[in-house]
This record gives sequence, C-alpha cells and structure tokens, in this order.
Amino acid sequence: MRITQGCFSFLPDLDDVQISQQVEYCLENEWAIGIEYTDDPHPRNTYWNMWGNPMFDLRDPKGVMMELDDCRKSHGDSYIRIVAFDDERGVESVKMSFIVNRPAEEPQIHMQRTDFVDRAQKYAWDVRA
Amino acid sequence: MDDASAPQTVDLAKEYETSGVAEVLRELDEELIGLAPVKQRIRETAALLLVDKARRDLGLEVETPTLHMSFTGNPGTGKTTVAMKMAGLLHRLGYVRKGHLVNVTRDDLVGQYIGHTAPKTKEVLKKAMGGVLFIDEAYYLYRPDNERDYGQEAIEILLQVMENNRDDLVVIMAGYADRMDKFFSANPGFRSRIAHHIEFPDYTDGELSKIAEAMLEQQHYHFDDAGRQAMADYIHHRRKQPHFANARSIRNALDRARLRAANRVFQTEGALDAIALSTITEADIRISRVFKGGLDVDQRSPS
Repeated sequence: MRITQGCFSFLPDLDDVQISQQVEYCLENEWAIGIEYTDDPHPRNTYWNMWGNPMFDLRDPKGVMMELDDCRKSHGDSYIRIVAFDDERGVESVKMSFIVNRPAEEPQIHMQRTDFVDRAQKYAWDVRA
Repeated sequence: MDDASAPQTVDLAKEYETSGVAEVLRELDEELIGLAPVKQRIRETAALLLVDKARRDLGLEVETPTLHMSFTGNPGTGKTTVAMKMAGLLHRLGYVRKGHLVNVTRDDLVGQYIGHTAPKTKEVLKKAMGGVLFIDEAYYLYRPDNERDYGQEAIEILLQVMENNRDDLVVIMAGYADRMDKFFSANPGFRSRIAHHIEFPDYTDGELSKIAEAMLEQQHYHFDDAGRQAMADYIHHRRKQPHFANARSIRNALDRARLRAANRVFQTEGALDAIALSTITEADIRISRVFKGGLDVDQRSPS
C-alpha cells in the first residue's frame, strides 16, 4: 500500500531533478535540510533515523543530492524523506517534508477495530508486511 | 537542444557585455592595483570560457573544461580578492551555479582523530557545491614527516570530488610558490587536475603607495603631502624587514597610523573640522618602529 505522508505523496514519485528543484526552493528560503530514513512508516512514528547531521549553510542542492545518494546506497530499501527546518524565530520547526525513497514492496497499514465497553469502538493501526 | 532552435551565429562582443564578464573584468582592472600578469591570465581564461560558452550555444560539442586553479604568490598579494572575483566571473559565465566563495584552510578539512576527517571534508565540500572552494595555504594538507597524518585522507576525497563533480564546483588552491611546488610534486594527482597555475608577483613600492591611498580613501581618510612621503619611506623600509606581507602589511600600518592620528587629535584643544579628523600626517607614520629598524623581537632573533 502506498504510504502517503508529507508533501507530494499523492503525486507520482519525484525524480532526482524534481527533488533537486524542491531542495533549491528550500535553500532559497534558508531552511536547513535534513535527510531521515526509517523502515517503520507508521504515521505516529515521528522520529525517523537521521542520516548525518542536518545541513546548514548550503547554497546548492548538489550537496543534499550527494548525501541522498549515499543514504540510498546504504538504505535503499527504506523510506527516506527530506525535511526542511526553518529556524526563524517563532517558527523553529520543520516547514516541509517529503518522501524521496520507498522500498520496492511497501508494507500494509492495517486497521484493527475493537469493541469496548458500552458498544464503543476503538481503532488502532499497525504496519504489516 | 534541437538544431532548429539553436542560433546560427553568435556575437562575441555582445556576449562579452551582456554576460557581465566585461563588468567583472573592468572591476578587476579598477579595484586591483598592479598584478598585470594575473589580470592578463584571467582575461585569457575568460576569453576561453566565453568562446566555449558560445560554442555550446551554437550546439557544438563542448566538454566541461577543467577549471581548478592554483594561485601562488607571497602573502598579501591579493590571492583571496582575486579568487572572489574569479567566483563572480565563473558564475556570470555559467560555469558555477551560485558563485559563492568558501574560504577554508587545513583546519576546516582535516580532523583530529580517526574517522573525523571524511565527514569534515565532505561538510565543507557540500557547502562549496555550486561555487568556488578556496583552500588557503593548501600545502599544509600534506605533511610528509608524518605518515599517519589525516591530511592524506582529505586530499583523496578532494581529488575524487575535483574529478567527479567538475560541473558542480571549482577548487582554487593558494599558497607560497616554493611550498606549493613541493606540494604538487608530492601529489601529482593535483597537478594534473589543475589546469590553471597563476602566479602573483610582489607589489612594487609605487603600487603599494597607490594601494595605501586607495585603502585610506575607502575609510574616508587621506594623507597630507608630508604624510604621503612618509608612507613611501615606510614602504621602502618595511620591505626589507622580516614578515613583510605586501598589501596586508600596508593595511596594518594604516590601522596603526589611524590609531595614532586619533590620539593626536584627541590631545589638541579647541574645535576640529572634518579635515583635521581625517588627515594622516607625517608624525603618525614616522613614529613607527619600522623606522627604528623593526620590532625588538625580530632584532633579537634574526630570522
């Protein structure tokens, strides 16, 4: 099942040129770029593994693309996303995040419905192969 | 590009003006005093790149030329300043995408312990992507006396990126001529990857005097006639003393002269006008230790 989270996830996957252009946009806004990967795409899993430190002071997307290539080499079968962090006062958080790599076989997100007291229902989701 | 849309002719002179190259070269001529051979080389390089660009626009096959350079010359001969102009030039010609200059030395590239160097060098390279990486005193990267030195690791990464990312960044290495020669002979990989070796000559006394005037003008100061003569004498004496660093020595001398001038006007009584506040006189310069044979330290231990 195709995981949809972050920007552009309902579009076809971005190719490297398009990723590069998006990164360029982020750099123009002076956001710091981080690369993160995970094998657990559950929507509640906010904390993905960092690939190196976030990159401050870059001027050109090529630097990010080099890191992304390295990350793909090591974690080609994981989800990889690019996050853009805005350090402006009062914002200080991630302003943009998009998936740039998916495993060949994406896992299912399965919903489990459970009966509870007084016919109430509880929902839970888990990621299954 | 398909042939139909490609222009059939190209006007080099027009290209020269519109690309902004003319402007950079003009700036170079006006702002930098002396350095004739350097300017000549840059003009030649610019011509080559402009022709290459024109060929590309006409649809002729062009391979990205190797643009890595080495600047050799004594301290204070304007290597960094020229590198900055070079970055602007390459940007206007479209050979680097952003045209910024990242200025580093050994400390920024080489780590302190095993596994520290590669990330550090890569970090710098990432920042330099799309621009010019200026490595000052590049020969420090290689230390032949210590075979475990991490400099070698940085050199290998640099060489790899210089070869594979020729479209993405230009590396300029700078340093004293003799030590750079040793560095290149110990690392033949660099010599073959650097196409342009540009030598920076020392400034003559006359040029240094002009530089001094220009520096003062920028700070809205000026010499009076005796002060100008004193400065010329100063340059003449300073050159013979150790640690002479061309334009940088002049800048330092002027900073000290301004300090003395400030002290002098502070002690005069009564009203002062703008001219009095911005004139460097003979006394401000003649008091320098250079006229008494240099710094005490240097006299005790001649080096």
